[in-house]
Amino acid sequence: MAADIKLRGKIKDGVAEIKSLMPHPMETGTRREESGDVVPAHYIEEVVCQHNGENVLRAEWGPSISKNPYFAFSVRNVSPGDIISVRWTDNLGESGSGELVLK
Amino acid sequence: MMKHSRRRFLRGLSVAVALAALPVRLMARATDAFRATKLEDANKALFGQLPLVESDAVNLKIPAIAENGAVVPVTVSTELEGVQAIYIMIDENPNPLSATFELGASSPADVSTRVKMGKSSMVRGLVKTRDQVFYAAQEVKVTIGGCGG
Repeated sequence: MAADIKLRGKIKDGVAEIKSLMPHPMETGTRREESGDVVPAHYIEEVVCQHNGENVLRAEWGPSISKNPYFAFSVRNVSPGDIISVRWTDNLGESGSGELVLK
Repeated sequence: MMKHSRRRFLRGLSVAVALAALPVRLMARATDAFRATKLEDANKALFGQLPLVESDAVNLKIPAIAENGAVVPVTVSTELEGVQAIYIMIDENPNPLSATFELGASSPADVSTRVKMGKSSMVRGLVKTRDQVFYAAQEVKVTIGGCGG
C-alpha cells in the first residue's frame, strides 16, 4: 500500500523549494460512518526528507493534518541533479515514498 | 559446517549492532505532547522549562477566516538563526499539537502544510532554538468544522 508521493521542486539562489502531496486518508479515529461505527485512526506519523541521502528534515504529525497531506519545505545548498526524497510512515506501519531529481 | 555457522553468527551480530544503533539515530516520537489535551501540557512535554517568548520574528501565514475547517493552510517561517525545530499548535483542537518539524543544521526554517480545525481557534507557530522558544499566534475563524471528516 505504498502510495507514491507527488513531488515538485525548483531551485532559486541555491535553495530548493519542494512541494509534496501524499495520498492518505488521515483518519482521526473519532469520525463515524453512517452506520455509527467509528472509523479507526489511520494517519501519517512521520515524514523524513532527504537531500542526496542525508536527512534534512524530519516531521512528526498528529491526525489533525488534513487528508491527502500537502507539505512544502526548503533545502539549502542544492545543485541541479541533486536528489530529494520524501518518505512517510503511518500509525499502521504502512509507508509511501517519492523521489525528485532537481533541475 | 563450522565456517558456515560462524558466518551466520557474524551476520546475526552485525544485525544486532545495527538494531542497537537505531534508537540513537531515530528520535522517539513526542507521544506525550501529541496526546496532550491542553496547550500548556503540550508545551511542557515538548519544551520543559524553556521560556516561551512571543516574537515578530516568527512569521505565520494563515487565513483569518477558513470556510472549510478540514483544510486550513498554515505556513511557519523565520529568519532567526539556529532554529532546531518548528511546531504547529491549534488551541481548541482535541489535541492542540498538530505537527513538529525537526530541521537539519542547514535547513531553512520554512514549512507549509494544511491542518484540520474543529472550530475557531488560535493557531500557533513555534520555533525552538537551543535555549528559547519563540512563537506567533493568530486567530482563525472556522465556518464549517473539519474534525468530523
